[in-house]
Amino acid sequence: MPFNILILACLGYVILLFLVAFGVERKSAGGAAPPWLRSPLVYTLSLSIYCTAWTFYGAVGYAARSGLEFATIYLGPTVVFLGWWVLLRKLVRIGKTQRVTSIADLISSRYGKSALLGVLVTLLCVVAATPYIALQLQSVTLSFAVFAADSPTSQDMPDRASTAVWVAAGLAVFTILFGTRNLDANEQHPGVVTAIAVEAVVKLVALLAVGVWVVWGLGGGPLAVMERIDASPLAHWDLHPDRWVGLTFLSGAAILCLPRMFQVLVVENADENHLATAAWAFPLYLFLMSLFVVPIAVIGLDLLPAGSNPDLFVLALPLSQGHGGLAMLAFLGGFSAATSMVVMAAIALATMVSNHIVMPLWLWLGARRGAEAGELRRLVLVSRRLSIAGMMALGYGYYALSGGGGALAAIGLISFVGVAQMLPALLGGIFWRGATRAGALAGLVVGAGLWLYTLYLPSFGPGAVLPHGLLQAGPWGIAALRPQALFGLAGMDPLIHALFWSLAANTLVFCTVSLLTFPGPMERVQGVQFVRVYDRDAAPMRGWSAGRAGAEDLLVFARSLLGEDEALAFFAAETDAQGKTGFLPDITPDFLARLERRLSGSVGAATAHALLVQITGASAVTVEDLMAAANETAQIMEYSARLEAQSEELSRTARQLREANDKLTTLSVQKDAFLSQISHELRTPMTSIRAFSEILMEGGLPPEMTARYATIIHEETIRLTRLLDDLLDLSVLESGTVQLSIRSANVQDLIARALTATGSTGAGRGFAIHRDPAAEQIAVTTDPDRLCQVFINIIANARKYCDAPRPELRISVRRRGDRVQVDFVDNGSGIPESAQALIFEKFARLTDQHRAGGAGLGLAICREIMVNLGGGIDYIPGQGGAGFRVVFPLAISPQAVKRAG
Amino acid sequence: MAKRPLYLARASYRRHRLIDAARLLPVLGAVLFILPVLWAPRPGEVRSLATDGLYVFAAWGLLILGARLLVRALSAPGGEGD
Repeated sequence: MPFNILILACLGYVILLFLVAFGVERKSAGGAAPPWLRSPLVYTLSLSIYCTAWTFYGAVGYAARSGLEFATIYLGPTVVFLGWWVLLRKLVRIGKTQRVTSIADLISSRYGKSALLGVLVTLLCVVAATPYIALQLQSVTLSFAVFAADSPTSQDMPDRASTAVWVAAGLAVFTILFGTRNLDANEQHPGVVTAIAVEAVVKLVALLAVGVWVVWGLGGGPLAVMERIDASPLAHWDLHPDRWVGLTFLSGAAILCLPRMFQVLVVENADENHLATAAWAFPLYLFLMSLFVVPIAVIGLDLLPAGSNPDLFVLALPLSQGHGGLAMLAFLGGFSAATSMVVMAAIALATMVSNHIVMPLWLWLGARRGAEAGELRRLVLVSRRLSIAGMMALGYGYYALSGGGGALAAIGLISFVGVAQMLPALLGGIFWRGATRAGALAGLVVGAGLWLYTLYLPSFGPGAVLPHGLLQAGPWGIAALRPQALFGLAGMDPLIHALFWSLAANTLVFCTVSLLTFPGPMERVQGVQFVRVYDRDAAPMRGWSAGRAGAEDLLVFARSLLGEDEALAFFAAETDAQGKTGFLPDITPDFLARLERRLSGSVGAATAHALLVQITGASAVTVEDLMAAANETAQIMEYSARLEAQSEELSRTARQLREANDKLTTLSVQKDAFLSQISHELRTPMTSIRAFSEILMEGGLPPEMTARYATIIHEETIRLTRLLDDLLDLSVLESGTVQLSIRSANVQDLIARALTATGSTGAGRGFAIHRDPAAEQIAVTTDPDRLCQVFINIIANARKYCDAPRPELRISVRRRGDRVQVDFVDNGSGIPESAQALIFEKFARLTDQHRAGGAGLGLAICREIMVNLGGGIDYIPGQGGAGFRVVFPLAISPQAVKRAG
Repeated sequence: MAKRPLYLARASYRRHRLIDAARLLPVLGAVLFILPVLWAPRPGEVRSLATDGLYVFAAWGLLILGARLLVRALSAPGGEGD
């Protein structure tokens, strides 16, 4: 294939990407972005920048060297995405609520908006990313070289170094054009993301095409390929448990900590729900990218001449078989993988450098706020553009310094261990409120130092940075400090050795220092907001105590960073929200907090905070403020709890009132009924008395008739008297003016007296009485006549109402402390539950009057008597019949007598 | 802070268990992926790349399928839960 066509195809592809990015940016700017642009699919595809040229070319090389071990690089991220609900969801939510611009911003913001942490993380990321970018340049250069070697006319083939320069420059231009077009409030780049999604499709299709061609075209189908795998030199691969587990863990950590992954995963995330799709779709993408790696490696080892670079099998195989078109597709796939990674990494790192190094430096140098609209904004953008160019230069420098040799995978893993140093601070920051700034700083310094010493510097080769002797014998001849065999761990794989020591020491120092130090107020505010991000109650804790600056100063300042229109729109919305008109809102702590968050979406939390502090002259929160705010919240909660209790009490009272009212209504109805009844009761005897007395007045009657009529008149008068006596008795008892005659008596005697009075003794009465005379031997001091009256009433009732064919009455007496309890239980059908509440009320009557033969006052009188005697009478349900329990004290107390008297 | 109910209705109970499953899935994934480490070849035997590869990709595929089903079940009724 002519080399020129390759260059042309390459240029054409880049122009296509430009057009895609440009078109999307324009549509988004117009506010009419088509929905597919912000779809879960584009989000998932953009995540595929994890699969760089390392995956595209390097995985096959890795498989050709170490068998299945290449898969660990994709198994770790798979596990992390399977656990999206626990970790990634929280990370994305925090990113959205805190307007996080990068991983450095996240860590610095979590630990009290610490500028120092931001600088440290940024430096670590830049150092770690440099070999990674070099790796991409190397892979593109190598792939050009493969075509050049294949090309018959190689006179127009540039040398390797200049290829790398051209690629680096081209990527820098693309990134600057689309990565720093705007200083967005959300730091999102829809154009770049879409272009990357297109590249993701290209690289997947290319690798799958090569894989399908290898398996079905060269290998003769899956089964034949399986046989060839078993027959290949790779068949009996060695699984190193330490590397297998260590690399799986490392890749899982890397997908969280790599700045470019954080950029697409959190910062560019348009909708939290997209994560749910990515949770299975991204592992699927990794699965598909890995599927044909082993077959390509095996067939490549088989068909290509010995000594060919296995990192380039994906390209070399189709070329060697004369499939120029497929090779071209594979080349574009690899080119896509390399460029998308470089672009995104450059954007992420440039954001970090400008927000965490340039801006703080500018502040520190004492530059005053720019009065002109957009001045700060231009400063940020220029610093980002320079940072992008700088990153490319660093990558190229590493490529030139390391000589372009070395396996792709080995270079990538060095970066992974570097960024993994952020893992303890990151995880601790979002799950542990006790993690402190000092702990994060110390852990990062120790971890990064160990990584540099044990892995990064030795990677340049013996003698390049670290002297040969130091690697072999350790500094000052101390063998325990040899970079690749710390404390005697000599037999370990150097990578796992570095991973183990750096992360173990990092975590240990992070936890220990966190436990020992005390976080500042800002750290505690931020800690709560990060760790309890789902907890709405914990959410808006303001970080400002007071502001002295005028609204106009702030507007001028915001204009210089956000630009004229954005700033005015924001201030107008805030003013409107406060119920005012115009552009100058009141400077409340809440307003300052919102303004700060808005600004931090552009320059990072630490810088935004520092800028606002400079302008307002306001101090940030103190511990006292925090406590006061917490107290306020606690008081509000306590107050609302009290209100709740009060309203509960009110509703309880209302319920009681309602019950009382119901009872009163029932009683009133009964009283009316009784009044008509009592009139009837009084009227009937009166009528017969009048009638018979009139007959007697007329005279002329035989004596026996006269006697009979007189008797009737007498009986009716007695009935009337009894009724009136009852009423009188009741009113005396109720008013508490009754005269009690207190004497000693025996319970047994009282019961016997009552039985005799009711005519319940003697044979043939058809009413069986069960008693326990021994238990009844209790001496009491009370009013025996009144007590006996109660007993008589109860026994008489039982005789009247017990409807059993063989009526029985059981009388049991018990002593309970200083009280006596007498139960009367018959074997009738008892009193229905609905009536139990009413039987002790005056005028209550369950059956018809004539059978009762009284006015329904008996039990009411009983109750009043018992109250006067200091005791009570109750209906006891569930006894197999009607049961009454009379309780009274052994000796009536003076108070009761007094009350009664 | 509103107190969480102690007992849940059938639908929300199901949802909580789905969330439990979403939390447990990565643990299952980690165990499945670490498993090949334990298959130390016996003396006289050797590891087979083809067999190991089949196992890893089968486990991988199953986990992806499981995640797909879980995500669909979780996003069906909507609502926010922690």
